[in-house]
Amino acid sequence: MKKSVFLGAVAATGLVAGVASAGTLDDVKARDQLICGVNISLTGFGAPDANGNYQGFDVALCKALGAAILGDANKVKYVGTSGETRFTALASGEVDVLIRNSTWTFSRDTDLKFDFVAVNYYDGQGFMVKKELGVSSAKELDGATICIQTGTTTELNLADFFKANNMTYNPVTVLDDAEGQRQYVAGACDAYTTDASGLASIRATLPDRDNHIILPEIVSKEPLGPLVRHGDNNWGDIVRWTFYSLVAAEEYGITSANVEETASSTQNPEIKRLLGVEGDLGAMLGLDKDWAKRAIAATGNYGEIFEANIGAATPIGLARGLNAQWTQGGLLYAPPFR
Amino acid sequence: MSEIHAQTVRFVRETMLPPAVPPRSEAGAVRWLRENLFSGPVNIALTILGLALLYVVLQAVVPWLMHSVWNAKSLGECREIVAQTWGPDASGACWAMIRERWPQYLFGFYPQELYWRPTLAFLLMFVALAPVLFSGLPRGLLWFSAVYPMLAFWLLWGGAVWWWVVVALGFVLAYAAFRLAVQRSSTIIAGAAALAVLVGWSLFAIDPLAALIQRVLPASIAPVSSDRFGGFLLSITIGITAIAGSLPLGILLALGRRSDMPLVKMLSVAFIEFIRGVPLITVLFVASLLLQYFLPPRTQFDIILRVIIMATIFAAAYIAEVIRGGLAALPRGQYEAADSLGMDYWQAQRLIIMPQALKISIPGIVSSFIGLFKDTTLVAFVGLNDPLKGITQVVRADMNWKGIYWEPYVFVGAIFFLICFGMSRYSMYLERRLKRDNR
Repeated sequence: MKKSVFLGAVAATGLVAGVASAGTLDDVKARDQLICGVNISLTGFGAPDANGNYQGFDVALCKALGAAILGDANKVKYVGTSGETRFTALASGEVDVLIRNSTWTFSRDTDLKFDFVAVNYYDGQGFMVKKELGVSSAKELDGATICIQTGTTTELNLADFFKANNMTYNPVTVLDDAEGQRQYVAGACDAYTTDASGLASIRATLPDRDNHIILPEIVSKEPLGPLVRHGDNNWGDIVRWTFYSLVAAEEYGITSANVEETASSTQNPEIKRLLGVEGDLGAMLGLDKDWAKRAIAATGNYGEIFEANIGAATPIGLARGLNAQWTQGGLLYAPPFR
Repeated sequence: MSEIHAQTVRFVRETMLPPAVPPRSEAGAVRWLRENLFSGPVNIALTILGLALLYVVLQAVVPWLMHSVWNAKSLGECREIVAQTWGPDASGACWAMIRERWPQYLFGFYPQELYWRPTLAFLLMFVALAPVLFSGLPRGLLWFSAVYPMLAFWLLWGGAVWWWVVVALGFVLAYAAFRLAVQRSSTIIAGAAALAVLVGWSLFAIDPLAALIQRVLPASIAPVSSDRFGGFLLSITIGITAIAGSLPLGILLALGRRSDMPLVKMLSVAFIEFIRGVPLITVLFVASLLLQYFLPPRTQFDIILRVIIMATIFAAAYIAEVIRGGLAALPRGQYEAADSLGMDYWQAQRLIIMPQALKISIPGIVSSFIGLFKDTTLVAFVGLNDPLKGITQVVRADMNWKGIYWEPYVFVGAIFFLICFGMSRYSMYLERRLKRDNR
């Protein structure tokens, strides 16, 4: 509200527009606050709780970034973005980084001028059906009525999948997830399709969850990851390597509880470099030596974040699946820290 | 035949019959039912159809409301309680969600320890509105109404009190400039002078002066940023500000459209027609997305302020047309009477034309206000947490309440109804009070 003099801003627009700033890292440090664009309403990934504090899998990465850069996981301001506003918020500089379960696609990376720096969750589109339908594979859904959110990539994926398999379907379009869940439960459609993580959380809240099954087919690739603006590569590096420090920490068994102890006792040179005991990787990013240590201490390594927000112990109960370490048959593979 | 006729005695009653109760079919509820519900085959069919429809709705809604659960930690627990108490097939409303989340529906993410500030601003709003709405109250209270907007914004957003004091000072200076200029030249020039003072003041004086006083004499309360606003706090802030702003702006536009000066007239027509020609969502998207590209990078031009400005000019265009209708309804004689008394344009408008035109326009104006207030829920599309969609989707993202569907809509709808119904009743009261004609 304050210091936003409307007329002055309008008058100055033509003069100052286009003047690039010194760099996102300098801005963040000068502000002493990281502004993180997150989802305002995705169960387990990003949403405010009853007290208005943001919680979730994506939010935890924001906290780790805040800790790595500013030394305090609480120096993060969360901007809840909707599907429509998220990319504008990032492009216009309203947020420093967007960690909002956004799918890494070719056109977003190139045409929209963003950089996806990593993939923090490998998702994919699935189907949920009632058991009584007697279907055990998505390939048996020929002629089915399917609830689908409009204006999303899931709508396009669905069309692709049915065309590729030479099948037909009747779409029942819904506005958002709550609407889709409602229609599916009320029996307006045979199947509901959205990202598999979303299906799992919906199924977990159904009163008769044992009567519903999620079909094994995953019909699309949805690599969700943090993204930054084109053109500030140093800032992209910071986000990328802070994320990989959490992945590497899980691989090497470093947790938020034992990170200090590991730093002082470890003999593994890779861990020594990661935690800043040896070498000075932080300086190459423009940060100090302990950046990764703080990031891990803030909310834990990747596995801890996963288990705390969306893992098997939570009501959502997602299995690691593709999001396991490469040593466990998953896709998480942190490049070497050297 | 003729004998019979001859023996017939002609009878003439000489006393009045005592009044008898009307036949049962012609009195009370029976008669009302017969006349209103069963007066003909079409009406009988419609009545039966209506009753059947009513039954279908009620038999779904009434048990659902009867089985309400107020104490639970999650939707699952609600369902368990309903199933235990009313049987496995029963369905019931889960108001426990409202019980846990009502602060978010009212205040959004406003810091909990500061809830008293919006509450106080809300209560003071009635004090400020009272002298405007009810003429029986002492006129001195109007001073409070004039100060109230600044006081309310200060309470809501916090920060240094001096900033708002300096803003208020700007208004005082603008008024002084107006009074000075109006004695020497025309009202239009005086208005322009006042506007120039306001713009100059806001561009060059407010921030430095406020900072200076703040340094000498610090007086501030904890600032609250706009992204903490949500729920009905947001709706009412946007709604009331836009309502208060759009009425004067609408009057000016209506006068501009009927003006004899071609430039003023053309600008007013263009503004009104353009704004009325685009949907509100488009205007909001412009406020939220497009302005971001025009403004210098990293400018923090408050999103709520942007939305308020857009909502105000949007409503002003509609109000202008409603008032123009009122102006057109006035007989020409009223204008000529004003001229014959030697009044100038503004005197005529203030003393003769506007009081009558506004009175005629009351139903239309209040309709626009009600529409505007309900339209505040559209801010959900630009990422603000309106009560209907914004807060509801946040609540549904909570694993405990995921899958809850009707309850948030019923709750938010009920509050909207109360407010809009209140506005409507007030407008009817105002119409009755201002009734001067001899229809």
